[in-house]
Amino acid sequence: MTWLKHEYDKIPGTYVFDGKTSHAAYALNKMLFSFNHEENRQEFDQDEEAYAIKFGLTDAQKSALLSGDFLGLLRMGANIYYLAKLALPRGVSVQDAGAAFQGITTEEFIENLAKRSEGFEEELVKLGGYWNG
Amino acid sequence: MARIVGGVTTSHIPVIGNAMANGLENDPYWKRFFDGYEPVKAWLEEVDPDIAIVIYNDHGLNFFLDKVPTFAIGCADQYDNADEGWALPTISSFKGDAEFSWHLAESLINQNFDMTTCQEMLVDHGFVVPMGLMWRHLPDWPVKTVPLAVNTVQHPLPSAQRCLALGRALGKAIESYPEDHKVVIFGTGGMSHQLQGERAGLIDVDFDLKCMESVINNPEWLAGLSNTEIIEKAGTEGIEVIMWLVMRGALHPNVNVVHKHYHAPVSNTGAGVLVLENAKD
Repeated sequence: MTWLKHEYDKIPGTYVFDGKTSHAAYALNKMLFSFNHEENRQEFDQDEEAYAIKFGLTDAQKSALLSGDFLGLLRMGANIYYLAKLALPRGVSVQDAGAAFQGITTEEFIENLAKRSEGFEEELVKLGGYWNG
Repeated sequence: MARIVGGVTTSHIPVIGNAMANGLENDPYWKRFFDGYEPVKAWLEEVDPDIAIVIYNDHGLNFFLDKVPTFAIGCADQYDNADEGWALPTISSFKGDAEFSWHLAESLINQNFDMTTCQEMLVDHGFVVPMGLMWRHLPDWPVKTVPLAVNTVQHPLPSAQRCLALGRALGKAIESYPEDHKVVIFGTGGMSHQLQGERAGLIDVDFDLKCMESVINNPEWLAGLSNTEIIEKAGTEGIEVIMWLVMRGALHPNVNVVHKHYHAPVSNTGAGVLVLENAKD
């Protein structure tokens, strides 16, 4: 009974969703998957704790869920695409979630995205052949 | 015989779907991104395909984590979109071509790619957003479709090399179909982005552009990277770029570039567009 280690485990700030994670968080992700249906989202809104209990979340997962701790949920195995089913219908964008993971504001997160892309037009000119309007 | 008219790469991120639904194409944030699709739309009108094969990953609409096929192909006459919990509008249905799909499945399996065949298949934003980018200006979808889903969600994922090899087999499968279909292939997803963890928000323009040039001229370079190497550079969700290699593999070794376009940031990602045709031998 051994989970093998992987090279990707060493990438900092990154939680690769693999068999080990998916196995550990199956109930949590099953609950998040249920949010594909509006009636389930409504049922969750009426009593979040009861809904979490119905899906068999651990106490730690439940506590992270009820306090809106996205990083905690991620570390406990929530798949990011499934976590989006909790976030997006409530108006929490992927930038809001990214900011929460890093403990910065959404504005700062968006600014960082722009900074990392700065100068791309010059690179396109250097490579040549790229469309530019 | 069926003929490949070309391949297109495109982002499929959901916020593009929302921007299209809300008519934001001329908004300053979006304008350069969307304008770069006009040549793609013009090319599609010119080559006039009958069928689009859309290579994408399902993000938890058709497949839950109870069953995750590495490669799955739709084999139905219709594909529906549905609520995927991402606050997106539901899009009208897409026509399929069951006979063509089953031929592809059979040919791929005979070439040792053990596809999962799906006679009911809900298609999520990974499929729907590219279709909208290409043809939302028309009253109806002008093509029949074949959804081909690659697992990029739950590791172990197929390698980049395996995706390229799948594409090569797909090319043979298409070209061995006796009807005179004109087929376009969309390789969707990417480019660099990571939605999760403390490393969320990475964008690597240099790596993205290396990937684009590689897909055109030397797909073996990208195909030679391990999934860990791609994740280190492009992020956990940027791994989707391996799906571009399925499209590229289906084309001939030498291609002509009809169009290339890159923009960043688009939401959390770098967004790359390629239109490639087989070079005349």
